[in-house]
Amino acid sequence: MSIVDFLFYVFATISVGGGLLMVLSRHPVPASLFMIVSLVGVAALFVLLEAFFLAILQVLVYAGAVMVLFLFIIMLLDVGPQGGKAARIKLFSLVSGILLVGMLVVVLIELSQAPDTSVVDPSSNWPELAEEATANESNLTFSPSAKSFGFGLLAKYMLPLQVSGFLLLAAMVGVIILSKKFSSSEPEEG
Amino acid sequence: METVTPQHFLILASLLFAVGFLGVVIRRNILLVLMSLELMLNGINVALVAFSRSGTNMDGSLFVFFIMTVAAAEVSVGLALLVAFYKKRKSIYSEGMSLLGN
Repeated sequence: MSIVDFLFYVFATISVGGGLLMVLSRHPVPASLFMIVSLVGVAALFVLLEAFFLAILQVLVYAGAVMVLFLFIIMLLDVGPQGGKAARIKLFSLVSGILLVGMLVVVLIELSQAPDTSVVDPSSNWPELAEEATANESNLTFSPSAKSFGFGLLAKYMLPLQVSGFLLLAAMVGVIILSKKFSSSEPEEG
Repeated sequence: METVTPQHFLILASLLFAVGFLGVVIRRNILLVLMSLELMLNGINVALVAFSRSGTNMDGSLFVFFIMTVAAAEVSVGLALLVAFYKKRKSIYSEGMSLLGN
């Protein structure tokens, strides 16, 4: 077992364990801290997959911006673990939940026992990467450099990039409208 | 313990997705539900990057970029809705959101 395999199991445990602890903790503040652990574990998995730019983006955007936003809202609302009715588990939801988990387990067992039908030989599961990404607009080959990211975004995915920028603008305007306090004296305009 | 294949990453991605789905189902605190949604999106990202790496194709990794953008927008709007809901109801639990059901 090479060091990469060992690191995969370590970071997989960190990300799934952090996610489980996040889901199972009742208080929002430790939940968000566990969520940061899980996100950093996923970023490390991106590094193992040689997607370095995405790993940096994951830490900056998710662990940096999004989770700080969550923590700000938690402190703004000042909510504790109390409040809310205790979850009553009905028989129907219990049965359907067990069925769901059972089907997932069956699929995983089938997946691990399925014969290998791939045409590539199993020793080359992770193909070697070319030194220089071929600059071809229709066929972008995977490369760890940020340059190929920029080329792909600005050449093949130009329109989706602009649409996502517009989406961020729309989200910003929506958030401002939502958090704006309309005074009762001036009429609200629809 | 064997060498890591793309299948390992797919199983990990489905586990992350399942854990996030569990959180969406069992949590009543809307903050925790939003965080669990983030976890589900992260599972999808892991699967996309693994496919992109094993197929030596850049498209999957570029899609991860767009998923991150949409997730950031979704979280900001969701948290603004949550603050507006809290101002009205003084609660952030999803059982208070039954006005349309009555």
